[in-house]
Amino acid sequence: MVGARLPLMLKDAALTALVAAALGVFIVGFHTVDIGSRTGLSFDFWFADLGVALVVIFLGRLGLSLAAEGLRWPAIALGVVMLIAGISPLRLPSGFLHWFVALGGALLVVRAAWPWANQAIAAGAATPTGRLIDRIGNQWAGWFLLAVAVLLPLTPIGDQKTMDLGVLILTYVMLGWGLNIVVGLAGLLDLGYVAFYAVGAYSYALLSTQHGLGFWAVLPLAGMLAASFGILLGFPVLRLRGDYLAIVTLGFGEIIRLVILNWVDLTSGPAGIGSIPGPTLFGAVFAETAPEGKQTVAEMLGVPFSSNQRLIFLYYVILGLALVTNLFTQRMRRLPVGRAWEALREDETACKALGINPTNTKLTAFAIGAMFAGFAGSFFAAKQRFISPESFTFIESAIILAIVVLGGMGSQIGVVLAAVLLIGLPEWFRELGSYRMLAFGLAMVLIMVFRPRGLIAHREPSIRLHPIGAKGGG
Amino acid sequence: MTLAEAPLIEVEHLTMRFGGLIAVDDVSFSGRPCAITAIIGPNGAGKTTVFNCITGFYKPTIGRLRLRGEREYLLERMLGHEIGQHARVARTFQNIRLFPAMTVLENLLVAQHNKLMLASGMSVFGLLGLPVYRQAEQAAIAFARDWLERIGLVAMADRPAGELPYGAQRRLEIARAMCTEPRLLCLDEPAAGLNPRESAELNQLLLSIRDRDGIGVLLIEHDMSVVMSISNHVVVLDYGRKIAEGPPAEVQRDPAVIRAYLGTDDEAIDG
Amino acid sequence: MAYFSQQLINAITLGAIYGLIAIGYTMVYGIIGMINFAHGEVFMIGAFISLIGFMICGMLGIGSAPVAIVLVLLLAMAFTMVYGWTIERLAYRPLRGSFRLAPLISAIGVSIALQNYVQLVQGARPKPGGQVVSGGFNLFSSDGFDVVVSWLQIIIVVVTILLMAGFTWLIASTSLGRQQRACEQDMKMAALLGVDVNRTISLTFVLGAALAAVAGMLFLMYYGIIDFFIGFLAGIKAFTAAVLGGIGSLPGAMLGGLLIGLIEVFWAAYFSSEYKDVAAFSILVLVLIFRPTGLLGKPEIEKV
Repeated sequence: MVGARLPLMLKDAALTALVAAALGVFIVGFHTVDIGSRTGLSFDFWFADLGVALVVIFLGRLGLSLAAEGLRWPAIALGVVMLIAGISPLRLPSGFLHWFVALGGALLVVRAAWPWANQAIAAGAATPTGRLIDRIGNQWAGWFLLAVAVLLPLTPIGDQKTMDLGVLILTYVMLGWGLNIVVGLAGLLDLGYVAFYAVGAYSYALLSTQHGLGFWAVLPLAGMLAASFGILLGFPVLRLRGDYLAIVTLGFGEIIRLVILNWVDLTSGPAGIGSIPGPTLFGAVFAETAPEGKQTVAEMLGVPFSSNQRLIFLYYVILGLALVTNLFTQRMRRLPVGRAWEALREDETACKALGINPTNTKLTAFAIGAMFAGFAGSFFAAKQRFISPESFTFIESAIILAIVVLGGMGSQIGVVLAAVLLIGLPEWFRELGSYRMLAFGLAMVLIMVFRPRGLIAHREPSIRLHPIGAKGGG
Repeated sequence: MTLAEAPLIEVEHLTMRFGGLIAVDDVSFSGRPCAITAIIGPNGAGKTTVFNCITGFYKPTIGRLRLRGEREYLLERMLGHEIGQHARVARTFQNIRLFPAMTVLENLLVAQHNKLMLASGMSVFGLLGLPVYRQAEQAAIAFARDWLERIGLVAMADRPAGELPYGAQRRLEIARAMCTEPRLLCLDEPAAGLNPRESAELNQLLLSIRDRDGIGVLLIEHDMSVVMSISNHVVVLDYGRKIAEGPPAEVQRDPAVIRAYLGTDDEAIDG
Repeated sequence: MAYFSQQLINAITLGAIYGLIAIGYTMVYGIIGMINFAHGEVFMIGAFISLIGFMICGMLGIGSAPVAIVLVLLLAMAFTMVYGWTIERLAYRPLRGSFRLAPLISAIGVSIALQNYVQLVQGARPKPGGQVVSGGFNLFSSDGFDVVVSWLQIIIVVVTILLMAGFTWLIASTSLGRQQRACEQDMKMAALLGVDVNRTISLTFVLGAALAAVAGMLFLMYYGIIDFFIGFLAGIKAFTAAVLGGIGSLPGAMLGGLLIGLIEVFWAAYFSSEYKDVAAFSILVLVLIFRPTGLLGKPEIEKV
């Protein structure tokens, strides 16, 4: 039975490897290197790498077929062999290949064991304890994460590196939550989200350096400015179909970036804006010595100065901003407008038939999403103290979108998980940094193919007729 | 059922052209309040196109669509969502269009959007959690609950609408349309795909909507048993033209209607 | 006048390249109604394969430019087609029937992945090469300004016209073209009538990739330098061209390409070269707002 299928599987794996060979033979096999002069390029042949990759692809495909046929043990064995080969000191032509082989093996094992895991989870979830854990998970996971986030700076692991990373991750969590209103709830694919981030950042940078306004005064202004941009840009285009809207927002994002880049009188163009003041605490600044007429936070609190204070303060500021975003969104979701967003995502035609004005409803989502991006942008400028158009490219929009998509569109916890995975992991594994965007792209495809609702697919109803626990609830 | 009663909707010389194709050709009829007006005809006769014109999804090429409420609305001049919001015309769709990921109750609350939006002070009162909004929300839930009882879906209220069985989805879509508190309800083949028992339940539901809620119903239906047993007035379309109109029993005997259904090309009565 | 003529010649050359890429967008949109966001990256891959192809020709001592061009053209088309096929097979086909934004998000993923893949294996620095044709002739001179047409520009325009003619014939008169048009009209019905829908869609992607590869080669020869990022801008401009001409329409794609070429070149020549990309983006936005069906497109009727 299996013996008869084996030649077919081998043929299939060989074909896959052949296609991969056709894909890679030029782009990977012939690595071009500069040799100095203007016309000078020469080859570095990478056929050994390509060969190893093809063997892995062949074996991986074979393993997947085996797993699909129900032959889980051979598939797992194959996966383990690949995993070991990947992490062994065996000298493969490049470090990347070690990762490639090992990850391939790991994925194969996961795929082969998946039905078992699925069964076990389903069986476990059906038991009363399982249901309890599930409920606790749904209700308390958020509070647990919040506690971790609040306490982190007070623990010994809260050193400068962790805090830096924490601020970075939280910025993306906030942006993810903001974009989640637009993409996850209202179902509007916004590829130019970073434009509103840029508006917020430049608002604060310009108002603080040229007009001497403080962070807390500018923050609401920046949010309002970004929201106005959202309305201004959104109004004419929100009637468009979903995919056209995506391209138009991409266009807007690029237009705003190009305008910032070229309007040198206002923005100093590619040179950027520097010496942006940081946020203050009740008017006190975070510095070793205060400028004329101000006091430092260390003086105000009567504690010795430490450079960490500023970082911890920034951390709590962005944590607070992110939480505001989250609470606001949660609240909006339970209001008529929030339900209308989700209804629009589900079926715009039906919404029209129910007398809901689609353009206005979309516009509120677009403007509110933009507003939070504006807040985040102001924070970014205050934290970095220097901004330039380079921070606001399409890639940035793509990263935020990847966070939302990976987390599960509409899921707030999902965004946190995805931000930690997508922003945190590459920072911890520096050597993988250059593969980060490659992995983002592949992850977006894989998520769409295998788990289109994202990591956290659970949707909590915005309202229940039968509260959980009551009879008839479910 | 006196004919002197003023019509709720008057369709006058409605014509809809798509490029060279004339989908609806100079059709006039009217529908009264507290009555079910059925629109029947073979496939492709232009029935759904008439609905799409009435509910603002298409702009009629020619014609007037007059709806009488507390004032007169000219539907052909209104945008799609305004017809639902101000003229209060609700509809269902041939291929059910619920919000599948949202729960049954949420579907019914979305239908009360405009009312709740006002009560939530365009979200401001709602965000602040003011009692004026909370009361309105409770009232909306109670209203939705009444409808869930009428369609027998109270126990399913917190389930995603997409998970309901087919027949229940059909009923839910009607309840959702009714939650907009319409003057005129347009139902596009509500009995399609239902089994005989569900079909009989649907008849009861439609009769109760006519008699209890006292609104006008326009009904597109292929199932002749439904049409003949519950409608007060029947309009027959064929190739975009109106070929007959009258009480069900009369229409049934009309030679033009028989020809359209059984005539030269063997287009049988569906269902 | 002379300056104007020179710019016109440059614009037509550039427009031809955009038009070739735009066809890929328009065909895919026509058949499955999605924006193949990764198409710009396919063009970039085509340019890289061409670059490597020209270098291999150099290594093998193929000195004759026409021979090298034909060889590289075939090579780039063949291998870029594999990319087109693979992308459709892996990233789009499993998503038929998924929610409506899924293919677009997947396409963005493919686009990001391909860009970074090429950056990883070929490096981030711009790569010079592909300059096998040089020289040209003076069309006329006036006001002390020579209007020059280079051989390369002639090659680009001729290759584009030949491909367009061949392509129009393919769609209009072959069984593949008929199947493709049938799928465009009604995919379910076409499947019932025995059209292999999956194969037809695959072929559409493959053909689009082949044309993008040609555009990539011409782009490389014209500018003499490429990097992993060229697909982004060129892709958006070509998409703008497809929308401007009327998405779904082949002549529209070509017309749109020409118009975008004209707008870009003349904007840079007469206004400011900094804002030439802003001009392209603005046109995209304006067209979508005011005439989403483009110049030659058919109006879409919303099916309720």
